[in-house]
Amino acid sequence: MTPLIEVTGIGKSYGSVHALRDVSTVVNAGEVTCVLGDNGAGKSTLIKILAGVHQHDSGELRVGGEPVRFSSPRDALEAGIATVYQDLAVVPLMSVWRNFFLGSEPTIGFGPVKLLDRRKGKRVTKQALAELGIDLRDVEQPVGTLSGGERQCVAIARAVHFGAKVLILDEPTAALGVKQAGIVLRHVAQARDRGLGVVLITHNPHHAYPVGDRFLLLKRGAPLGTYEKSEIDLGELTSQMAGGAELAALEHELRSVET
Amino acid sequence: MTVAPPTPVDERVAAPRLLDRLVVRPEIGALLGAIVVFVFFSLVTDQFLSPGGVSTWLDDASTLGIMAVGVSLLMIGGEFDLSAGVMTASTALVTAILATEAGWNVWVALGASLVFALLVGGFNGWLVMRTGLPSFIVTLGTFLALQGLNLGVTRLLTGTVQVSGVRAADGYESAGMLFASTIEIGGTEFQVSILWWILVAAVAALVLVRTPFGNWIFAVGGSAVSARAVGVPLVRTKILLFMTTAFAGWIVGSINILRFDSVQANQGIGQELQFIIAAVVGGCLLTGGFGSAIGAAIGALIFGMARQGIVFAGWDNDWFMLFLGVMLLAAVLVNNTFRRRAERVRR
Repeated sequence: MTPLIEVTGIGKSYGSVHALRDVSTVVNAGEVTCVLGDNGAGKSTLIKILAGVHQHDSGELRVGGEPVRFSSPRDALEAGIATVYQDLAVVPLMSVWRNFFLGSEPTIGFGPVKLLDRRKGKRVTKQALAELGIDLRDVEQPVGTLSGGERQCVAIARAVHFGAKVLILDEPTAALGVKQAGIVLRHVAQARDRGLGVVLITHNPHHAYPVGDRFLLLKRGAPLGTYEKSEIDLGELTSQMAGGAELAALEHELRSVET
Repeated sequence: MTVAPPTPVDERVAAPRLLDRLVVRPEIGALLGAIVVFVFFSLVTDQFLSPGGVSTWLDDASTLGIMAVGVSLLMIGGEFDLSAGVMTASTALVTAILATEAGWNVWVALGASLVFALLVGGFNGWLVMRTGLPSFIVTLGTFLALQGLNLGVTRLLTGTVQVSGVRAADGYESAGMLFASTIEIGGTEFQVSILWWILVAAVAALVLVRTPFGNWIFAVGGSAVSARAVGVPLVRTKILLFMTTAFAGWIVGSINILRFDSVQANQGIGQELQFIIAAVVGGCLLTGGFGSAIGAAIGALIFGMARQGIVFAGWDNDWFMLFLGVMLLAAVLVNNTFRRRAERVRR
């Protein structure tokens, strides 16, 4: 089976700064590829290339087997790659269903006059959210009244509904409490089970490990390693991310302070 | 319709109270205010409720209302237009000068001033989007420029600061019918501008809540970045909104010139703030993303009723300014409370 996205030796420089070097990974349908790394590791640069915000300088990006170079987020969206950003996913003052259909509103036409099909909008929104297991009391309430996790879920449901094949989630759990993060991860798993390829960006191995099938670790713009789930356990992933030996040294140092 | 299984009660949310449901309507504050003002002046003065009185305050509210509705759409879209007041004079002057000095047919002159208005509105929008500067500053610039142009060009062409004599031009009869006639109801003359006001408010309200474009207006005002990220044409939407305000200015300018036959070159200055106040009283947030076209029309109605009610009561006009200030502060406080409710994040 051809991977949905295949990244081979991709790189990106901003002037003399190498933000990303020689990164390779694949995103398959029905699998979650996790991109892990500390701040400044190059996670954002990688997803911006996938999402069409930036273009890569070296290496190759293949979508459905074809080499591509997106010139805008719109391009990536048309290729079926939807990105849910941490903050700019929704308009807080607008109702849930208006947010859901924003930019792709359903209409009833009377000749040239096209009116919003509000009934369909509300019904489909409710249905699409329910399919992902999100039960909202009222799709007329402003998105601002939802919790951070629920907002992420609305954005995910929207991407799934509008036919995304690949879902890129930028730190979806970063600002959330433990329980909320769990709910968002469950929806990530649901999207995966529906056959989407998911790219999950996070700096929390505890969030990545339960849902991930493949882990790409980045450090200072370069790959630290790519692991299938069978090749690595949570402890190993955590210590790899924190820089193994460095963490041990830090632990030792802290212990000596305590005593 | 399928029968849904009984929804389990979510212990976190109480059933929505009537008050909560009303509060989310942006125009509710304005409606209450309008009722209070109406009842007050009906009791205090005899003239207010007489047919002639009603016709007077409706007339006063109508042209203000047309502009307030246009400005409210723009404000919901997150922008201001300070050139809106002076635009009503500019369009009237263009029509008048072409019809009198150049001898054009009134209809052709009206068409030319419409093109002029749309160009200025489009320029406002283009400049705001192109430079990323606050629309407050950009339209302050066009406001001053238009003010200068109005006076300068008028003086250059006519030697005075007013243009009159449109009534003698070709096509005045039919154009006047459309923009400046009166309708007799029960022996009282009502200005046709009242119908324009209702029509503009109805169309704007329909576009705002019932069309995709209306959805985009809320989105670009509420969060421009999010809107663009999901594919809303941000630049086009905002430029069209500036053009809409200019179009409203053209309607009011046309009503004025055809009704009064003459236009002062310094007309309309200072009114831009009244439009914004009426829109805010009608429930528009100063920060964009929330508001109502109907609310703005009601805001203008409050203006008209209070301004004429104070005249009927024989009070000094200074009291109107006091009223205006109190009204504006009350409206801003109410709107602000709403926004906090709507944007509050539950975790």
